[in-house]
Formats: sequence, structure tokens, C-alpha cells
Amino acid sequence: MQEIWDILKSLDYSPLWISLKTGLVATVLCFFLGIWAARRVMRMGKRAKAFTDGLLTLPMVLPPTVAGFFLLLIFSLRRPIGSFLYQELSIKVVQTWLGCILAASVIAFPLMYRNARAAFEQVDIELIYAGRTLGMSERAIFWRVVLPSAGPGVVSGTILTFARALGEYGATSMLAGNIAGKTGTISQRIAMVIQNGDYLTAGLWVLIILLISFGIVVLMNLFADSKMKNIKKW
Amino acid sequence: MPLTVDIIKRLQGFTLNVSLTAEAGVTALLGASGSGKSMTLRCIAGVEKPDEGRIVLDGRVLYDSGEKIDLPPQERRVGYLFQRYALFPNMTVLQNIDAGLSRERDARIKQAKRESLISRFRLDGLEQRYPRELSGGQMQRVALCRMLAAEPEAILLDEPFAALDSHLRWQLEGEVKQTFSEFSGVALLVSHDRGEVYRMSQRVCVLNDGASEPVLGTAELFDHPRTLQAALITGCKNCVPAEILSQGVIHVPDWNARLACAQAADGAITHTGIRAHYILPCAAEVENALYCRVVEAADDVFSRVLTLLPAGGTGTIRVELSRAAGERFTSGGEGWFCLPKEHIMLLRETHER
Repeated sequence: MQEIWDILKSLDYSPLWISLKTGLVATVLCFFLGIWAARRVMRMGKRAKAFTDGLLTLPMVLPPTVAGFFLLLIFSLRRPIGSFLYQELSIKVVQTWLGCILAASVIAFPLMYRNARAAFEQVDIELIYAGRTLGMSERAIFWRVVLPSAGPGVVSGTILTFARALGEYGATSMLAGNIAGKTGTISQRIAMVIQNGDYLTAGLWVLIILLISFGIVVLMNLFADSKMKNIKKW
Repeated sequence: MPLTVDIIKRLQGFTLNVSLTAEAGVTALLGASGSGKSMTLRCIAGVEKPDEGRIVLDGRVLYDSGEKIDLPPQERRVGYLFQRYALFPNMTVLQNIDAGLSRERDARIKQAKRESLISRFRLDGLEQRYPRELSGGQMQRVALCRMLAAEPEAILLDEPFAALDSHLRWQLEGEVKQTFSEFSGVALLVSHDRGEVYRMSQRVCVLNDGASEPVLGTAELFDHPRTLQAALITGCKNCVPAEILSQGVIHVPDWNARLACAQAADGAITHTGIRAHYILPCAAEVENALYCRVVEAADDVFSRVLTLLPAGGTGTIRVELSRAAGERFTSGGEGWFCLPKEHIMLLRETHER
């Protein structure tokens, strides 16, 4: 027990903050992008919709390392876009915190997009029609009618996005690397200490991320249940 | 300030082809469910787009496929009362009404309008309630209030009473009638209920399988429907094929009968009809009397319904008598029944366009 306490006290907590910061920023990005993409895809024709939806969902079904490969292909300093960004705009993605955010956002994005779309598609269309005939602007209808009505779905999408971004490993390790205090996230720290055979420290990090993730999902369930009172058990 | 609609919209399985002009006052769109009534309203409001045609409100072109004009619903100034009211569930009564006032920029004028609307629709004290906390009647008042807050030039009501119990319906009809009487523009009322249409509208346009018939005065349509479909939708229960023998005389094969009729017939008549409550028991020598066997006799809530088979005929006739007049007829009985000639309607299969 004393041993655990000692480790906890001397632990470098930077992975926790880096993961939380990354998760938060990625969630904010995905929130707006996901909602925007959901609206765009909803308005598309059948074929364009199937194609675009497939493309946007890919990061969720492919191994994260594949996403990491593509991200490297774009942002590596040895590639045209990456070198352009670095030389002209001094933006460096590889081996930086920006890379963490980008990797986490790409991987978590489909969760936001798909949940938002499902929620929007269930909004009673008569409410939108009513808003239009009453002279409300499309923007007002979206923020004051559609979003509140699609609320539970959008919220659960947001929370899942955060949980996913928090634990991202594959793409992050390829794009951002594991630089302690800079890009070293919890999941990367776990992999690293395991490699060193330090099961106790790894176990503590596992416990931390487990508690956070489980807490998030439970919180989401409680929220969703309170919003949907008329759900039937069967 | 008339509303002229002339549109075509192709939908899966049928084509909506509506052509009507509605003057100020209440015009009803009467048709069976699935005949395209709601879709017509949606096209006028601008939330659905016709394939081709033209919609003009008071000289303002709302839609014209030829000139590529398609005003967004926000600019049409057409109010829409939805069947289930479509109140915003996340907003209070006051916020719902404010949604209708969103065009009004001046805060003081807005407040004045808000107050007068709330008192006019007797919503005082309900301002902070949410739609789920309102009764059906209150919900309808909020929906009417919200619609009129936007100061529409025409109002469209989509089966406003369809979801209500019959006792509540009477009460709310009064409410809507009151709104109609205070509204100076065009009002379109969609309904499949002939009683509702008769009580509430001045003119009717029958919609049959997506196609509109000419607009008629409500009383005229109910007294003298011109087509088989109009007769059926206005509740005529006895409609059978018929042919003209000479002016004022028709032959009805299904009833094995030759009947005199008061209405002047033109050549295109294919059917005849008579409403069930105009047929009465009579003596043998009366004009248009048929000797019938009572196939079935049953009590309805306030009447006795007889199903008659005329001698030598193949088609039955439905008769509705008062309980008192009908109690002596039981199934298997026989007697003379008269089809008064002034109530015999001459009908065409469909309205030719």
C-alpha cells in the first residue's frame, strides 16, 4: 500500500493533463465540424450521401495506424504539404501537441458526426416547417429548434467523442510521438512503462483512465435517461 | 385578395394536380386521406416544392416554375396550422409566440403585439408553461396565436381537429371559427370530415386522388354535387350507375327502377345518387316509389339504418330513418319507399379537366 502511495506521489502527472487537454480541444473541434458535416451530408443526394458518409466514417472502422499513416503522408516535414506548412507558416504538426489534437480529432470525429446525424434525422420535420412559416431564420431554427430537439443525441455524441479522443493511441503515437511533457498521453505512457516491465505504474495509469472513461459513460447514461422518460422496457 | 394555385407535383404512385382560386374567406379542401390535401398546403406554404406551376397570393408571385421564382417560406407570409400543432416543445408558450414575432424588430411594438395576442387568445397565466403542460384546447390556442403573430396574409389549416375527441372538437371549432371571422385574408381548411367542412367553410374544392375539382359554394356542393367523387366525399351513401332515358327520367339498372328527377341532365351523366336520410316510407302510388325488401335493419346512435333491396334489383339502398319512424321495419320485412325526385342527384364519373 505504502509502495502505491509513494508511486502516486512521485508520479509524473503530465500525461493526464495532456490527455485531458487533447480530449477537450479535439471534442470542441469535432463538435462543430461533426454537426456541420452531419447537416451537409443530410442534404446530399442518395449516392453522394452514401459515398461521403463512408469516407467520414472510415476513421472509426479502420485501424488508427492507417489514419496515422495518412496523416504522416500529409504532415511529415519531408512531404510537400508538411514542409510548406513548416517553412511558410511555421506550423509543425509532427512530434507536437498539435499532432496529438489532429490525430485524436480525426479518430473521434465519426462518433460526433454519426450521432449528430442520427439525432438530426429524428427531429420532427413539422417543427422545422413551423419555424419557417413563422418567419424564423434558418440559423434561428437550427439553434433554437433543431439543436434542443436533437439534444440528447448530440450530447451523447459529444461525450463519446471526448472519451474516444481521451484514449487515442495508434494515430497519436505515429503522428505526435511520445515526448514526455509534450505529446506523451496516458495511453502512450501505459505502453511505455509496460515495455519497461513496470506493471505497477502501468496499472495505476490504467486505473486512472478506466475511472475517467467509465465515469463519462455512466454520466452520459444518466443524462440520456433523464431526457427520455418514455422509454419502454422489453 | 385571392390566392391562385395551379401546380403539378409528381409523387410516388400519384400525381398532384391542383388548380384552384380561393377568395378571402374560408375555402375548404375536402378529400379522402391520401388525396394530396396536405401536400397542396405545403406547396403553398413553401415547405415543399411543386414540380411545375404557379402560386400567386394577392398579386405576389410565391412560386413560378417558368420564371424560376420560389420564395422561401419565411418570405411568403403564409401561416400554417399543423395537425398536431407543432409547438416547439423546448420553448414556453411565450417563447413560442415570440417565434412568430421574430420579424418584428422594435422591442416596444413587439411587447404590445405580444400582450394583445395573449389576451385575445386567453393565454394569460399560461405564458411560462411548456406545451406538454397544456390541454388540447390550450395547445390549439397557442398554435393559432403563434400563427397570427407572424401576421400572415393567408392562413392554412391542416386537419386542425383530426386528433381530438368529439366533445372537445365542438369547442375548438368555435375557437377556429372565431379566428376565421377576424381574419380578412384567404383561409384554406383541409379536412376529410364533411360536417366540419359544411360548418366552417363558404367554398369547397374537392380533391380526388390528387386532382382538384372546380371550387363550389359549400351549400351548392352538398346539395348538388356534380361528380361521383364529390357525392361520395360529401357523404352520399347511395351512388349507383344510371343512364338518361329522356329529360327528367333516368334508368337505374342496379335498382331495377325508372326514376323521375328534378335536376336538368346533360348527356354525360354516368351515375345517380340520393342521400340516405331523404328516402322515406310511403304509399304505393307515390312518384318514385320502389317496393323493397328489408335486408337488414340496425340501430345507429340516433337513427335506424335500413338496407333495402328493390324488387328485381341487384344493388341495395341504404336508408336512415328516425328511431320512431323506423322501428316497425325489421329485417325480412317489405314495403314501399320513396326517392323524392328533388333529391336525386345526377353525377358524372369524374370531372373532366
